[in-house]
Amino acid sequence: MKYIDEYRDKNIVLGLAEEIKKISTKKLKLMEVCGGHTMSIQKFGLPYLLPKNVELISGPGCPVCVTSREFIDKAVVYSRMEDVIIATYGDLIRVPGSNSSLDQEKAKGADVRIVYSILDALTIAKNNRRKKVVFLGIGFETTAPASAAGILKARMAGLRNFYVYSAHKVMPPAMETLIDEGVEIDGYIGPGHVSTITGEGIYLNIPKKYGLGVVISGFEPVDLMQSILMLVKQLENNDPKVEIQYKRVVKPEGNIKAQQMLDEVFTYGDDWWRGLGVLKNSGLKIRESYSMHDAEVEIPVEVAPPIEPKGCLCGEILKGVKKPKDCKLFAKVCTPSNPIGACMVSSEGSCAAYYLYNR
Amino acid sequence: MCLSIPARVDEINGEIATCSVGKSNYEANLQMIEFEDVKVGDYVLIHTGFAIQKLDAEEAEASLRTFDEFKELNDQLDKEEKEGGSHII
Ligand code: SF4
Repeated sequence: MKYIDEYRDKNIVLGLAEEIKKISTKKLKLMEVCGGHTMSIQKFGLPYLLPKNVELISGPGCPVCVTSREFIDKAVVYSRMEDVIIATYGDLIRVPGSNSSLDQEKAKGADVRIVYSILDALTIAKNNRRKKVVFLGIGFETTAPASAAGILKARMAGLRNFYVYSAHKVMPPAMETLIDEGVEIDGYIGPGHVSTITGEGIYLNIPKKYGLGVVISGFEPVDLMQSILMLVKQLENNDPKVEIQYKRVVKPEGNIKAQQMLDEVFTYGDDWWRGLGVLKNSGLKIRESYSMHDAEVEIPVEVAPPIEPKGCLCGEILKGVKKPKDCKLFAKVCTPSNPIGACMVSSEGSCAAYYLYNR
Repeated sequence: MCLSIPARVDEINGEIATCSVGKSNYEANLQMIEFEDVKVGDYVLIHTGFAIQKLDAEEAEASLRTFDEFKELNDQLDKEEKEGGSHII
């Protein structure tokens, strides 16, 4: 397939590996922020191609993984309401909440529907005028514009029964917090699809304030190996900066149209991340002018303080200080068919990626 | 969920494009990009039902060209490996 196969060429990957070996002298820890990168890195076995001094660690870029149990618990409460239809991306449905999951509620008769796009949720709202459709908005800057577009369309179409419950988050506060907290990171493999929307500007503080490089990377093995090479070069030359490897998709200014939609509908607020806690201005909240489509405003619910599962190291793994294999439950008690923590649910979660490709 | 795929635009109807990846077909809403610029035969990146960027064919070719030397280097290493019987990579 075009734009996929060329970037899986084994000879190019091995050539890049050889080049990395040749020039890297320092001991380095490079963090791939994005869960999509984690999956690709494990799937193609890239760590085995790198010299011993170059280590890859996974970061907090799996949306399902960083989402709070409270969010799931509230979604469960919504799903139990007679007049509510839940529309959600498939990743979320099996994430365990404190006492139940959306999957379990669905089995008990709740109307929970998996959608591929928020546009499908709008169609459900159109066809079920007497019901309230609550769309669960999770994801970073890549996915949030779609939620903005959905809300704008709902307003235009007068769909008063359409609501978004937003747990959308933005990446830079998490990336900066990890450095502030002293996690050992020598450079970031920057998230390619987040940057498709935002452009490179959101990372400029990282070299400036922290002296760390960021290379925005594509998702195929050739992309990732080239990005690692670019970071190694920066580090060997003591020249940290923001660079784009994924030029076929990421423009320095990003996608302005998507940014405008995002800004029209959302504003920043503090938000909770698994492993990192509450980070200032790291969440996207629906603006007051669109509050008629904000589930939290229109259908407020209360839940008890969430219970996190005992023994799950998901938070530490998202910070890059532990690996899935450090968790005693990994692959024994906790598996993709019986996930204990969120990191085992989504295919972008570190635990799921290690379970599939690197057990 | 954050996965996005490069898909070929086969047909455009207003703000909706019918696209294909290999043998699978997808619909992409074009309102998030400058869709006046999108033509049949272009590639777009689809994410949760929306095209979020048009692929830049020139950049793609340019980046692949820079890898030609690695291919050569590797072919050469392969040859040396075979001749010398040692494992290099
Ligand atoms: S293996 Fe399961 S229990 Fe252990 S950290 Fe991962 S998600 Fe949590």
